[in-house]
Parts: sequence; structure tokens; C-alpha cells
Amino acid sequence: MSVLLIAEVLEGQLNKDSTAKALTAAVQLGDVDVLCASSGCGDAAAELAGLQGVTKVLCANDAAYEHAVAEPMAALVVSLAEKYEHIVFPATTSGKNIAPRVAALLDVMVISEVMEVKGANEFVRPIYAGNAIQTVTTADAKKVMTIRTASFDNAADGGSAAIEEIAAVACDTPVAWVSNEVQKSDRPELTSSSVIVSGGRGVGSEEDFKLIETLADKLGAAIGASRAAVDAGFAPNDQQVGQTGKIVAPQLYIAVGISGAIQHLAGMKDSKVIVAINKDEDAPIFQVADYGLVADLFDAVPEMTAALE
Amino acid sequence: MKILVPVKRVIDYSVKARVKSDQSGVELNNVKMSINPFDEIAVEEAIRMKEAGTASEIVVVSIGVEKSQETLRTALAMGADRAILIKAADTVDTDIEPLAIAKLLAKVTEEEAPGMVILGKQAIDNDMNATGQMLSALLGWSQITYASKITVDGDTLNVTREVDAGLQNITAKLPAVITADLRLNEPRYVKLPNIMKAKKKPMDIKTPEDYGVDVSPRLTITSVVEPPARAAGIKVESVTELLDKLKNEAGVLS
Repeated sequence: MSVLLIAEVLEGQLNKDSTAKALTAAVQLGDVDVLCASSGCGDAAAELAGLQGVTKVLCANDAAYEHAVAEPMAALVVSLAEKYEHIVFPATTSGKNIAPRVAALLDVMVISEVMEVKGANEFVRPIYAGNAIQTVTTADAKKVMTIRTASFDNAADGGSAAIEEIAAVACDTPVAWVSNEVQKSDRPELTSSSVIVSGGRGVGSEEDFKLIETLADKLGAAIGASRAAVDAGFAPNDQQVGQTGKIVAPQLYIAVGISGAIQHLAGMKDSKVIVAINKDEDAPIFQVADYGLVADLFDAVPEMTAALE
Repeated sequence: MKILVPVKRVIDYSVKARVKSDQSGVELNNVKMSINPFDEIAVEEAIRMKEAGTASEIVVVSIGVEKSQETLRTALAMGADRAILIKAADTVDTDIEPLAIAKLLAKVTEEEAPGMVILGKQAIDNDMNATGQMLSALLGWSQITYASKITVDGDTLNVTREVDAGLQNITAKLPAVITADLRLNEPRYVKLPNIMKAKKKPMDIKTPEDYGVDVSPRLTITSVVEPPARAAGIKVESVTELLDKLKNEAGVLS
């Protein structure tokens, strides 16, 4: 039996990073066919065929799949499911939208955010926002799962898989895409940025949050915020990092004026390198920081920004 | 329109989950439990729809241990009209899987015939992020996940969804299953008189057998452990030293 990996292809564009990482997990389970379903996705299919570890690319080029609406996507995946023991999605918002639907239609459980493949039926995944790590085995004949991309490396280029065109599956969906509102900011997106500068309550005001923005821009970083900073109105909700906000794992996370409440730590402690700048030397954030600077952020942040000129 | 809101009892978001020494799970005894924060947002949204005249009745349902009554009372105190408790677990350590929850909710939905089900996008304990999608699949209703704005226009919904790249706008037909994201609203604080009033609101108590649903798990949890601890860090004395370490020791700045 083999593996079906559902590539993330939106509006014809391949999300190569998350798909190539999910592929690294998928190849540990068997021979991998990749489903490339979108509209105008010929280039995406060619890119996928060039990834090492792909046996075959199934290309469903149809307007029904352009925006990866869950109903038609799940109907297509279910129509292909018979041949596969494992059905794998990257754990992006799109993958997490579709995978549980596929699982329910196949009457199996979904296994979300797999961070390690221990065997064909055994998987490791975070629970409690990463505060505990669970190993599960499944009794289901078909395994439907999403792969936590931060836990796997990218599959390499250099493959030459065959591409097979497949037909769309009829699906009368009650949901229709209207538009995307992509962030207008030139800054990187929070969950995929390699550097994040986050501000907490210590920043003091919405006005002073510009200090965070200036440093972030100098570093080409995304901007994050603690729940306390969001609740105080210093930063918008979509910048919230933490258990009920976004979970991030960048190469470098700089926490400025953040005390380190449990729910914030849950959202960022998988970062590769953590820097904490805080004037309270007893702040819990220092317990997870690789580099701690006990200093007034109003001195340290402008100094850091200036030093990066 | 009637709205059904499923709610889950979970560890309070401010409490740190502690792994049990026998690796069987997370310690849930003598820990503060609360309504799952995303479900609380779903309850709030349903109440706002009722206040706006879009919804006529709000039924909340919880599936788990008997103490999930407390969670239902919280939702009733916020403004839900009545509650259904499905006693599916004898101990707090038994977590009913999303597939079984979705099957039970599908049965409740058939009985109650709501026009909409709103629930949290995920529970902050098992982080599966699955129940809403599964319920939508079982019912064949519109699937709308990660909603940050909902407007109802007759039998059409206009919804803004939070996706990785930003926001996505969709339209959908009722009936629908909607999962609530963090930005949908800010739940109200419950006032003491409402807590008193909530005690008098009706609550039905059922079991999975009443609905003919098998809730036995598909997954077996073989271990639950602490995540690897981060190596102890160091304190630096100055911005200059910090930047030097980031460039030359950690290699994360060029």
C-alpha cells in the first residue's frame, strides 16, 4: 500500500515549503503519490514531479479546486482513497480544513499535527499547545493525518516523477469562495517567518509598539504580540502568539517586554533561538530564553535597531 | 433559527498542563477546568445573533463527564437558553475522540433541527481541530472553519475566514457548521445574577446509548511525555554582546 500526499496548491500556486516538508514525513510511510488539485496547476504539478521521493503526481486541473474549498477537495480525495493506506496533508489552515472531512467520510479518526512517524500505525503529536507530547497508535485501516511542517526538513529537488492528469469528481458544494484579503504589509507572515519580534505589555502603548515595528523591519521580521499586549490594545489580534493565538517556531524569536505567561510560552517555545529583553530579571521568559538581556526595552530596542544599520 | 453550540470542558487556559509520572496523560484531577476558549467565542457569537434577532433559541451541548454540567451552566449564564449533557465518560481522563463527538452531534442535530451549529475551531487540550469539519461531513452541511466574521442574510452566510495568508471571504448556504476562530468576538463576562438565573434553565441528561453511537476510541494513547526541555540559556550584559552572540554563536543573524 502506498501514500497519497495532498499538495497545498492555492490559485494554481504551489506552497512548496509546507508540501515538501510533509513529503519528508510521507516518504517514511511508503511510496508517495502526490495530488495536485487546483486551477491552472500545470506548473505546480511540474514542480512537485521534481521533488525527490515522489512516485507519481496526480494532477486535477479544474476550477472546482482553485481555492481548495473543503467539499470538492474532500470528494476528490475520497474518490482516490481506495488505493492508499495513508492520506497525508501538510498541517496548514487549508490542510487542517480538509483532512478531518476526508477522515469522517472514510469513517476513520484524523491524526492531527504529526511531528514524528514511528511506524505505519504509530505517530507522535503535540497536545496542550506543545506542553505535552502524545504517542498514539491507530486501529483504523486508513490513516488520515496532517503533518506539522515545523518538525520536518524540506524534501530535496532532483526527482523526475510522472504526471498523470485525472478528472474532477462531481461535487455540489454549498460553499463558494469570494475573495482573499492578503495582508497588505510588506512584512513576512507570522507563522512562516524565520524571524519574529514580539512585544508584550511592557511596551506600554500602541504608540510605543512602533519600536517593535522598527526593529522588525530592520531584521526583515514578522511582528508578534503577547495576549496581554493584544488585550491592552497595543497590537491587533492577528499578531497574537500563544496558546489561543498563533503557534510559531521561527529561527529567531525576540521577546520584548514579555513576561512569559504560560499561554504565551506555549506558542513560541519551539523557536530555534529565543532572545528575551525585559527589565524584570525574574520574568519567566528568561527560563526559556537562550539569550537574556536584563534592560529597559526603551534603551535596548533603539540601540539594537541602530546597531543593525 | 435555532443555533446549536457544542462546548467542551478543558483545563483552564491559564493553567500549565502537567504530565503524569506514569506517562498515561496530563493531570486533570484537582485542576481548574473551564469552557474551551474557542467554544466560549462560539457561544458569544450565537448570543449576539439572538440579540440581533437572527437566532431564536440557543441550545448548548457538552459530551464528557458529569461535571461538564458546570461548563454548560457557564454557557447558560452567558445567555444560552437550554442545555444537553451527554454523559459519555466516567472519569475525566477519558477523552472522547472528535469522530465519536461528531457522530453524537449529528444525532443531536437531527433531533433538534437547528439551522446552524457553531463551535470552537479546536479544543485546547487535544488540539485535534477536527470536530466541526467531521460534523459538517456527516451532515452534508456547509463547512466553514476558522471564522472571524459572520453575517447572516436570509439563508446565505457571508463569512470571513482566517487562513495562513491572511483572510478569505466566502459565501455559504444554510444549514451550516461554523468553527470559531479567536478574532470572531470577545466573549462577555458573566454577571452574578445571570449565574443564578442559569441554574434554573433546563438541562437534559443523555447517554451515547440514547443516540445509538459507539464512542469507543480508534486511537490508543501509548504515552504522554513532557516536551524536551530547552537547554539553559545565558544572560548577556549589553546589546553589543547580544548581537555578537546572535551572529557568531547562534548563527541566526548575518
